[in-house]
Amino acid sequence: MAIAEETPKITYTVPKKRHPVLQFAITQPLGAAGLVFIIVLFIAGIFAEYVAPYDPLEIDYGAMLAPPSWEHWMGTDAFGRDVFSRIIYGARTALAVGFLSSLLGSGIGAVIGVVSAYFGGRIDMVIQRFMDILLSFPIIVLALAVVAVLGKWPVAGLDINLIIAIAIPMIPKVSRVVRSAALAIREMPYVDAARAAGYSHARIIFRHIAPNVVAPFLIMFTAFIAQAILLEASLSFLGLGVTEPTPAWGLMLSGASQEFYQEAPWMIIFPGLAISLAVFAFNLFGDSLRDWLDPKIKL
Amino acid sequence: MLRYTINRLLLMIPTLLGVAVLVFVLLRLMPGDIVEMRYLMDGGQVSPEVLAQERARLGLDKPLWQQCIDWMGGLLVGDLGTSMWTGRPVWDEISSRFQLSFQVAIMATILATAIAIPLGTLAALFKDTWVDRIIQVFAIAGLAVPSFWLGMLMILSLLLFFNWIPPLTFTPIYVDPWHNLSQLIWPALAVGYRYSAVATRMTRSTVLEVLQEDYIRTARAKGVFERLVVTRHAMRNAMLPVVTVIGLEFAFLIGGLVVTEQVFNLNGIGKLFVETVTRNDYTMVQALVMLVATFFIIVNFIVDLLYAALDPRIRYR
Amino acid sequence: MFSRLALSAALTAAVALLPAGADAQTPKKGGELRFAVSAEPPDYDCHAATSFAFIHPVRPHYNTLLKFDPANYPKVVGDLAESWEQSADGLTYTFKLKKNVKFHDGTPMTSEDVKASYERIRNPQGGARSIRKAAYEDIESIETPDEYTVVFKLKAPNASMLTNFASPWDCIYSAAKLKEDPKFPERNILGTGPFKFVEHAAGSHWVGERFEDYHVPDRPYLDRYRAIFITSTAARVNALQAGEVLTEFRGHSPADRDKLVAALGDKVEVLESPWICSLVVTFNTEKKPFDDARVRRALSLAIDRWKGAEALSKIALVRHVGGVLRPGYELAATDKELEEIPGFGRDIKAAREEAKKLLAEAGVSNLKFKLMNRNVAMPYTPVGVFLIDQWRQIGVTTEHEQPETAAYISNLRNGNYEAGLDFHCDAVDDPNLQLAKYISADRSPINYSRANDRKLDELYDKQKGELDVEKRKQILREFERHALAEAYTIPVVWWHRIIVNWKQLKGWHMSPSHYLNQDLQDVWLDQ
Repeated sequence: MAIAEETPKITYTVPKKRHPVLQFAITQPLGAAGLVFIIVLFIAGIFAEYVAPYDPLEIDYGAMLAPPSWEHWMGTDAFGRDVFSRIIYGARTALAVGFLSSLLGSGIGAVIGVVSAYFGGRIDMVIQRFMDILLSFPIIVLALAVVAVLGKWPVAGLDINLIIAIAIPMIPKVSRVVRSAALAIREMPYVDAARAAGYSHARIIFRHIAPNVVAPFLIMFTAFIAQAILLEASLSFLGLGVTEPTPAWGLMLSGASQEFYQEAPWMIIFPGLAISLAVFAFNLFGDSLRDWLDPKIKL
Repeated sequence: MLRYTINRLLLMIPTLLGVAVLVFVLLRLMPGDIVEMRYLMDGGQVSPEVLAQERARLGLDKPLWQQCIDWMGGLLVGDLGTSMWTGRPVWDEISSRFQLSFQVAIMATILATAIAIPLGTLAALFKDTWVDRIIQVFAIAGLAVPSFWLGMLMILSLLLFFNWIPPLTFTPIYVDPWHNLSQLIWPALAVGYRYSAVATRMTRSTVLEVLQEDYIRTARAKGVFERLVVTRHAMRNAMLPVVTVIGLEFAFLIGGLVVTEQVFNLNGIGKLFVETVTRNDYTMVQALVMLVATFFIIVNFIVDLLYAALDPRIRYR
Repeated sequence: MFSRLALSAALTAAVALLPAGADAQTPKKGGELRFAVSAEPPDYDCHAATSFAFIHPVRPHYNTLLKFDPANYPKVVGDLAESWEQSADGLTYTFKLKKNVKFHDGTPMTSEDVKASYERIRNPQGGARSIRKAAYEDIESIETPDEYTVVFKLKAPNASMLTNFASPWDCIYSAAKLKEDPKFPERNILGTGPFKFVEHAAGSHWVGERFEDYHVPDRPYLDRYRAIFITSTAARVNALQAGEVLTEFRGHSPADRDKLVAALGDKVEVLESPWICSLVVTFNTEKKPFDDARVRRALSLAIDRWKGAEALSKIALVRHVGGVLRPGYELAATDKELEEIPGFGRDIKAAREEAKKLLAEAGVSNLKFKLMNRNVAMPYTPVGVFLIDQWRQIGVTTEHEQPETAAYISNLRNGNYEAGLDFHCDAVDDPNLQLAKYISADRSPINYSRANDRKLDELYDKQKGELDVEKRKQILREFERHALAEAYTIPVVWWHRIIVNWKQLKGWHMSPSHYLNQDLQDVWLDQ
């Protein structure tokens, strides 16, 4: 019997730590594509003044309802305003409204969820009842009601009340998910230990519970940006969101477009495409984020 | 289990009460007055006395708390009141339009289920292949495309390519099935696409999960035919969350209908809702919201019960 | 492509505006007329109705005392009245009624019914509502010396009384039913008109069918009519294009007309007419700086009405430049007379210079304010956007607010706005109606500028009682000059009515009002 050969040399190489973003791009190509599109949208929104060929508010009675051409890549609308420029500026409105309302809604929802889970008991029950009440309203009903009641509150070209109206339906959904994530932690013994040691509620929440809810929070946040953009489009379509002459994708689908869209289909094709692609990108990114952060999460 | 059921039933009451109060308050906070709307909307020259008389006739001059009590009292006995705009009983206004919306919702559900379950399962079975990717893209697109835009595109194409529009008036399916279906298939498709997208994604993820369970591995190890593994073991267990999602999303359909009915000019609940809100017709809006909310709450209740029946841990929380 | 469309549209319109040669054909009996209506009436009572959404489906069930001759607006002919007499002093109107008129339930119509209906209009009792009460306040008494004669005695002469009697809202109801229940007409239809009520499916459609015992022999030609309620403009136009409905009686936008003509060519005809509707800007005189007439006048001067109306007429249903009365109405100002009023001149550069000067004088050179507009696409939005652009030319920044209709009306009434784009539509050309926008706010509920001007009130009362047409015109010109100089409310542009209907529809006549000619008595289908 042969002597055991030299034990094969096991070369153990530490895998080169790739930059997380690159890692993400490689494992989740679809999500990366979504992220790229989102970045493009952001750039278009921030630098709209430089990117857009025309002033989105500039009326040109001479070129009303013009089909796409070299001068106007996406044609003009009923006032002769360049559709392409309005789409670019519309990206600004869409992203601002989407981002801010999702931030507001998810933020408040997360706080409520954590508080509700952490303190439990009566507080939990009361809070959850309020959340149930909000959840029983169809989203558009709630948003409609809030917009109608609050009216308009324009700040820097954005309607804050619209942002609030879109944020409110998100709160109960986020609070539910965050609550169950927080509940899972609360049961852990080290939380009890921390209480016994005399740590304040705030400290426990921030150091132990919060990190656990970050992942579901981020995922819902991205998903809700998408939903906010859609909701803003629906509300503007119904006439309750952004008003003329502000460029906003949903608004471009309603109003004058409703009158003219059959002879000037580009008036609705491009804004609709813009909405779909933006929401698509956010969803792709959100999905991939979830797969990457924690594939086991059930949302 | 019984205790849990009763508990959840009792909890429905404060929720319903909360919805009722919330909708009452929200409506009264909205600016605008139905009497002004009705008589001044077309630029009519109406004296303030007539307006005051009308307001009294509608009971709008009574103190708010009294209006609230009157209305809630009516709710308890099932009297929803009369529309402030037409004077007709609320129930009549709603029931004449309910049939249409309900049918669209059912058609959208059937469509969604018929598409989602096979597609979702296929995607799960062929995970990470091009089949899976295509189905995923299809599903995400369904979430991204606004249903009213899809509706507009549909009408545009029908008119452009066939010079045909769907029928304008509603006939029940048992009177003239062709007329009925040719009108309602389009909104059902527009709304159903999104619906099927959500259901497809849910099906895919639950089937994936189930396929990783131990008992599947056991079945495979035993040498059971793959087909049987899938249908008898995997699908059955995956169906519950899928059915739940379909049930919950059905309730959300109502929101989608609001905008879609505008585009297709359907005389349904969604359109009624938008009209009554713009007119400040308090009795109608209150009734509609209560109906929808009650529906939501009941669906949620059933879902909760189902989950509790299957997962005993929930009952003891 | 655009010019070809315009040319064909213009040609079709030109042909359609020729005097009716179509009347020379022999009308055929039979058929169902399907037409679209863009809104639905809330209830069935003419005396309390304000909207065309009521007139289009409901008017064919009723008759009025007088009506406007469909083919010859503004001539007045008898509907239920066979003949009538006006006393020389204008204080007595005697009507002789037709003798063979029956209600749809078979009971005969007599002077009692006319009296009961007009009593209800001028003095509603028992919970009944009458919106136009004020127009009849000059009536002192109504007498019925015999079954077929009605005599109206007035307190003071009223130059517009005959137009009042021809109002499409003054439906004649059954006295017996009114006695039983003054609110009967709200939910029940019983009239003498050419069509009987068949059904109303809420949100969907309205059907009427021929009344076989109608008092005009051989009428109506149609077997039935069906009004289909289609709220969405695009859906309405599609329905017309597909032939699902033959027409829509309110009016289309120029773009829809062009689209229909392009798609259907000579299967449709286009009828156009000026419209008794105008868009006006109302300034809230209780808010600074709109309490200063110089500011208001400046804003009026900045608007290039002539060029603007032309440009807007391509995308909106407006076209005509006019003052307080409809341009084309015999009592309205001619274009020459208009040009002398500040704001209506042809030299826009000079006007804008003066505007800037006025603003500087008033100390608000960089004025910023909010324009409150109605949240309706046609024609409010384009005109609002246009105005903002015009005011930008004199350095004024305007923010465009478009609240929901309910909030909009509430804001107007409560003075919760700075400047508003308001509209004014009337059923007939009548200075008593059109001037109501401009007289003192404490007299007129529709003057939202909250300004009181006794001079205007004086002139209004003077023209109301002035029976001589030339003298009345003079008073009206004075009124107009003063009102537009003070500029509490300024007319911007007058609307333009465009109707597109399938050629099979015959016997219907165009008029400047979408509230008139809707009894469908003489309409027939050539198929």
